[in-house]
Amino acid sequence: MGDIAGIVLKRLGLGLITLLVISIIIFGAVEFLPGDLAQAVLGQGATEENLAAFRKQLGLDRAAPIRYFEWLGNAVTGDFGNSLVSQKPVSEAIGERFGNTLFLALYAACIAVPIAIFLGVLVALYRNSVFDRVANVMTLTSISSPEFFLGYILILFISVKWEMFPAIAKIDDGMTLMEKLNRTFLPALTMVLVVVAHMMRMTRASIINLLASPYVEMARLKGVPAWKVIVKHTLPNAWAPVINVIAMNLAYLITGVVLVEVVFVYPGIGQMLVDSVSKRDFPVVQACCLIFAATFILLNLAADVGSILTNPRLRHPK
Amino acid sequence: MSQDKSVLLNIKNLIIEGYSDEKWVGIVHGVDLTLHRGEVMGLIGESGAGKSTIGLAAMGFTKDGCRIGEGSSIEFDGMELTTTPESDLQSLRGARIAYVAQSAAASFNPAHKLIDQHTEAPIQYRIKKRLESQEDAMELYERLRLPNPKEIGFRYPHQVSGGQLQRAMTAMAMACRPDLIIFDEPTTALDVTTQIEVLSAIRDIVDQFDTAALYITHDLAVVAQMADVIKVLLKGNEVEEADTRTMLENPQDDYTKSLWAVRDFKRDQKPRPSDDTALVTVKNVDASYGDTPVLHDVSFDIYRGMTVAVVGESGSGKSTVARCITGLLPPTKGEILFQGEALPPDYRDRTKDQLRQAQMIYQMADTALNPKVKICDIIGRPAQFYSGLHGPALKNRVDELLDLIELDPSKYYNRYPPELSGGQKQRIGIARSLAAEPTFIICDEVTSALDQLVAEGILRLLDKLQNELDLSYMFITHDLATVRSIADEVVVMQYGKVVEQGPKDEMFTPPHHEYTDLLLSSVPEMDPDWLTTLLDERGTDSTD
Repeated sequence: MGDIAGIVLKRLGLGLITLLVISIIIFGAVEFLPGDLAQAVLGQGATEENLAAFRKQLGLDRAAPIRYFEWLGNAVTGDFGNSLVSQKPVSEAIGERFGNTLFLALYAACIAVPIAIFLGVLVALYRNSVFDRVANVMTLTSISSPEFFLGYILILFISVKWEMFPAIAKIDDGMTLMEKLNRTFLPALTMVLVVVAHMMRMTRASIINLLASPYVEMARLKGVPAWKVIVKHTLPNAWAPVINVIAMNLAYLITGVVLVEVVFVYPGIGQMLVDSVSKRDFPVVQACCLIFAATFILLNLAADVGSILTNPRLRHPK
Repeated sequence: MSQDKSVLLNIKNLIIEGYSDEKWVGIVHGVDLTLHRGEVMGLIGESGAGKSTIGLAAMGFTKDGCRIGEGSSIEFDGMELTTTPESDLQSLRGARIAYVAQSAAASFNPAHKLIDQHTEAPIQYRIKKRLESQEDAMELYERLRLPNPKEIGFRYPHQVSGGQLQRAMTAMAMACRPDLIIFDEPTTALDVTTQIEVLSAIRDIVDQFDTAALYITHDLAVVAQMADVIKVLLKGNEVEEADTRTMLENPQDDYTKSLWAVRDFKRDQKPRPSDDTALVTVKNVDASYGDTPVLHDVSFDIYRGMTVAVVGESGSGKSTVARCITGLLPPTKGEILFQGEALPPDYRDRTKDQLRQAQMIYQMADTALNPKVKICDIIGRPAQFYSGLHGPALKNRVDELLDLIELDPSKYYNRYPPELSGGQKQRIGIARSLAAEPTFIICDEVTSALDQLVAEGILRLLDKLQNELDLSYMFITHDLATVRSIADEVVVMQYGKVVEQGPKDEMFTPPHHEYTDLLLSSVPEMDPDWLTTLLDERGTDSTD
């Protein structure tokens, strides 16, 4: 097991370095944008003197590397500065929004991952049957439709016509968990429809890929029933690629759901990012980007570790 | 033998077809087979003879894309398998007919412990409870002489050696005490010394439980030890069948006779040229993969026009020596000399001419040739790279090389590797190495993936080329029959060290080094009593 701990630590270290590089890129990108904070706050009409004075006040007259390290140092302790628009600390505003996004992502993942794997196993078992084709067409349709479209369709039927779940997913701290789950069911369902196909198809492909291997033939020649051949003899060896696709989709659930948030008026971080980009609220943009990057890196790290853990050679060294 | 016993398996007019190029093509064309209880039948033939297909058909199983043809009958213990529904067939498999595959390493699921795979069938059929079945597994492991029979089952496949896995698989086949076991080349992937252990273990356990068996192999000497009856197959047809002794002493058919005669090719040993310096010298070489040392102080010489065979079991470091010579793996100590001059250890530091001098031919011609590249380009590329040939000159050179390997240029020039047979692919591999006009060729197990007749053709070709082009070969092999036929000098390796070296005739006459002796005595012979005699002899001096 010492080996695995070593590998995980190494990956974690690499992840941190990647994050550092990304932070440089994020900071640099904002730096390169035409106009700066002062310009953005004071607007086009500001005089040169005003701008210079304001820059001095914000510390923008200092060299970029110094400001970078200051920003990074503060970011590490959770201080992303103040929002230019609301003048409140960025971390406060983001914290709550990011929590909401995580909640929705987790909700969707808890539905999508089991369904995807279950369906993947089923279509692998009944490969090339009518069921396989129907499942394929349906999931492909859902992945090919834009999520806002899916969202509106769901609202039309489930919310407006059948009045089963609310169309607006506004939540706040005062609600109970059940209330929240009820409110956010439609956006979660929309996201499930978007991500399920990818994971299901990977599960199917990865299982079918192994069906030609000698140990699967051996299992069949031992008289093991077909479903058990899939579940017991291929699935444990099929995890590695599936886990990676799951991680990618989880990352998407967290960072790529702006449209779903807009459609259901959900107070998540995606909407906030879009707002702050249009308002040139740089501290917020930087903070969001850094959080997204960290999410990606962490999930990929988790996928790597997951794939390693499913490899018996690494789990049980000689 | 077992003529008085009842018939267990009765196959009549077995036809098996495979689907390829949008039509059904015959693989097995009407074979009959009768097996009595407790009898062992050897099925032998080259690849494509349909032996494995027949073996699987005896379980009512065909590979994906194959089907059992009209009019075939497979009767197992009174049950007609061709009309039995799949679910009933399934409950037959593992329980009454078991299967032992060629590569145990690939046929055990890497994700589960050996014993869990062993107990799967008995639990499935409710023959035994888990604990009972585990105890039974340990007993079988002990009978099959596996080390630590109480614990070995709780390991994962990758933690156990190939020979042990093969025995564990035989134990697994025995789990439900089947009436019939299909052994599909169970020892082909093993070293000779390991092969003996597995063969004797299989033979004993089949004897003890009076299990009938179909023993599928291409190795006549092996089948002679195992079978009561031998059936020879060729391209899906039966050639002849007889009991083992009759078959060995008095084969009737010409094809069988030719199989028997394959091992006759033997070339006289050439002496070392006395005045010359060695073409290639491996001098005190140590090498390691990462922190694991694999070679220790390896030294030997290869003279111009001679063949040096490097023999040893898997893991002995034979192929690593080749990697050191070619510069793929720079040695950690020692050096490689070419005509007395030290070569740079890393191939990237060698000159084009130095690279040209040493070429390689690989074991798996299948994977060593790019399937998407035409033959003319496979051979033409090195000719162009090393000799700078272009246009008509290049075409002439490729034609010339194809002539050398005895393939008609007008037929093969524009073809792709997948259209060729195994032997032809290996010939292309040879032509590719010759294209560089080398003086020295490393042949890494070049015949071990080929049928005996085809392999012999390759050996004869290599011999002819050596005489015509004055080539030197380093012949890496674990097959001592190959060594006997083609080598001038022999280097025996074990655990990364050279244990013995010298001229071939000397090496094949006693006294030997202990390990050489073990290797030599482990090569199966065509005598059906060979295994028994050998085990008796060894029983006295080896404690295992």
